[in-house]
Amino acid sequence: MAQYDPNAIAFVREEMVPDMPAPASEHGVTGWLRKNLFSSIPNAILTIVGLYLAYITLETLLGFAVFEAVWTGEDREACVDAHGACWAYVGAYLDEFIYGRYTFDERWRVNVVYLIGAIGIAWLVYEHSPRRPLVGAAMLTAYPVLSLILLTGGNFVYSATFIWTCIALAAVALIIAFIVPTLTKSEPLPVIKSVAAVLGAIAVVLFVCSVNFGLPEVETDRWGGLLVTLVIAVTGIVFSLPFGILLALGRQSNMPIIRLICIIFIEFWRGVPLITILFMADVMLPLFMPKGVTVDSLVRPMVGVAFFASAYMAEVIRGGLQALPKGQYEGAQALGLNYWKMMRLIILPQALKLVIPGIVNTFIGLFKDTTLVSIVGLFDLLGQVQLSFSDPKWSTHQQGNTGYLFAALVFAVFCFGMSRYSIYMERKLDTGHR
Amino acid sequence: MAVQDAGRIDDRAGVAFFNDPRVRSWAYQLLLIAFIAWLGFVVVMNVRANLQAQNIASGWSFLNNTAGFGIIQTLAAYSEAASYGRALWIGFLNTLLVAAIGVVLATILGFIVGIARLSPNWLIARIATVYIEVIRNVPLLLQIFFWYFAALRAVPDKRSKISLFDTFHLNIAGLRGPKPIFEQGSWMIGVAIIVALVVIYFVRRWARRRQAATGQQFAMFRVGLAILIGLPLVAYFIAGMPVTIEHPVFNETGPVLRRGFELGTGFNLIPEFLALLLALVIYTAAFIGEIVRAGIMAVDKGQTEASNALGLRQNPTLRLVVVPQAMRVIIPPLISQFLNLTKNSSLAVAIAYPDLVAVGGTVLNQTGQAIEIVAIWMVVYLTISLITSMVMNWYNNAIALVER
Repeated sequence: MAQYDPNAIAFVREEMVPDMPAPASEHGVTGWLRKNLFSSIPNAILTIVGLYLAYITLETLLGFAVFEAVWTGEDREACVDAHGACWAYVGAYLDEFIYGRYTFDERWRVNVVYLIGAIGIAWLVYEHSPRRPLVGAAMLTAYPVLSLILLTGGNFVYSATFIWTCIALAAVALIIAFIVPTLTKSEPLPVIKSVAAVLGAIAVVLFVCSVNFGLPEVETDRWGGLLVTLVIAVTGIVFSLPFGILLALGRQSNMPIIRLICIIFIEFWRGVPLITILFMADVMLPLFMPKGVTVDSLVRPMVGVAFFASAYMAEVIRGGLQALPKGQYEGAQALGLNYWKMMRLIILPQALKLVIPGIVNTFIGLFKDTTLVSIVGLFDLLGQVQLSFSDPKWSTHQQGNTGYLFAALVFAVFCFGMSRYSIYMERKLDTGHR
Repeated sequence: MAVQDAGRIDDRAGVAFFNDPRVRSWAYQLLLIAFIAWLGFVVVMNVRANLQAQNIASGWSFLNNTAGFGIIQTLAAYSEAASYGRALWIGFLNTLLVAAIGVVLATILGFIVGIARLSPNWLIARIATVYIEVIRNVPLLLQIFFWYFAALRAVPDKRSKISLFDTFHLNIAGLRGPKPIFEQGSWMIGVAIIVALVVIYFVRRWARRRQAATGQQFAMFRVGLAILIGLPLVAYFIAGMPVTIEHPVFNETGPVLRRGFELGTGFNLIPEFLALLLALVIYTAAFIGEIVRAGIMAVDKGQTEASNALGLRQNPTLRLVVVPQAMRVIIPPLISQFLNLTKNSSLAVAIAYPDLVAVGGTVLNQTGQAIEIVAIWMVVYLTISLITSMVMNWYNNAIALVER
């Protein structure tokens, strides 16, 4: 420390100078504008072009959909002179778009199915709701059966051949359940019990479907609109996840024949366009069936869509399986877990978590792909919209755009919702091991 | 290993026969084979019985029968008197046409969108994001319907047109434009293009060697462009200017029914093709945009910084450091998008663009040969996707990082 005379120094600052505010070009609205929109001349040109583009698009879209739109009216007279969307036509056709030609007096059944589905999904999506596992199990078991009975009317009649085939298959299953434990020198009773439980559940479902609840039958060719879209998409989603997991495991299996069969199956369905699969299901599935057995025209595309989605799902899940470090498999085996326990408790929870975005993307793709059934003669939402154009009562020049805009909005809401939920789940489940 | 094996206790002693994993795995596999064989047998028997009941003879002889229907876009000689096989071939060519043009355009648009999403310009990035989110969440079929039934129906009728630069004309019959007509001697231009490519290859090799040896750079891009344009141009004049351009003829006066474009003048893209192409390109570009963005973001920022530290400027940094690394990430999913576009082109059937599926559907309806037609579809698309995955495997092997 050098000695100095304090009086010799004219000025000593005793506190720090406060920070100067950033120059005007760096903060506030002008700063933001300069930085993000007008940082250089090419950028400024881009911004102006972008502004123009956005303006044109918004003006056209909002003008059509909102400002110049016609909201009420009885028939085409209301819309024929307008330039905007004819929402009155969508309003008049809304029932058709939601239910198709479903018998008018029975539409409450569709509403009940929609309502239970919406409540169930909301219950499962909201993470603080009580008894989620129970509700989830009910949504996967009781709800489909209930929907089937409500939508079709139940009261199924089974042919004698069908009943005898079922009894024979059940007997074979029970015999196998007895032989396998005997061969492995273990107690057969628990195995037989669990097999019997599954068979019993199937029997109960078959029986319930055959009960006459007094609901009039509604043939599937009367179904249409959003109902068909949702039925096909939901069955596809529910079927494709477990089947896709099985296929992915089969493809990773070290049993050569099972692996080969899974590879062929997956690559076949992934290699061809969905529309050819739907055509195939439509014209060839009836040929595959024994004489006298007809496949419902709604079930045919459902089978095609479900297999198609399963193959894509299998590849997504395989990605997750391959991304897991080998130590997880080895650790599980070192604990003495058998194959299925290892998969159920250790591998699949981690692998599925890794590929949630891929799984949801497959769901979104499947949901959008359901529109293809309108090509093979079913009337899903898009098919129903397309059909409504032939009605002279509402025929105007903007009818096409209005109908397509409505359908696009419905699809976008569903798909956007799914993708947002997947992003949320991904964040929530991310345990940050990286 | 051998020593250990010799001293190993037979671990199968005392274990039930069926608890041996090898026995078990083979038992399961044999069971699966038996099940599939049984399924196949039942299906074949059912198909036979059903075909007999419907009086359909299976076989391929129907391919030689006369088709008897017209096709609105033919890339090769075709008439109604041609055979079903010929019709399917025409359909296949149409599929290839829309797929090839679609792939090129979708790639260009997709790269623009992907780069725009990463733009420092806030507005441009937002516009690209909205584009991607909207287009990806609306079914492709809906977009095709929109372009075909709504957008392309709003254009002028057959007797009028809207024109761009007075060269391209749009009306309800499609897009018309000038058509180059190659007369005698045009082959010389083709030869000149090939020669130019060969010359460029050798010049480039020489330039690289010289740069490696002496460090001197060579303006390869400019010279290459000059060669590529100059040589064919010279050939064009030597051959006596054999290429002429034919503009479509538009009759504005005369009898009302004769007004509009004269048939067979200029080239014409039918509206079905335009709608399908627009929808496919716009839809696929949204997916390609996301791929491009992910690929560029996958390149570590340190790479750019290291390159700047070495003294490379913005442009060479992008060209020599960022893009080559991003491409390794981009290309595999990009190729599978190309495959998706090709498969999605089968939606053509919904607006009656005569692709393989649409023509096949017509043949199926006329002949009832469901199994054969479906088999043709499957084989063609499976072959395309097999070739694609072979290309992809080859590329992945070629670019795989060689580590330690």
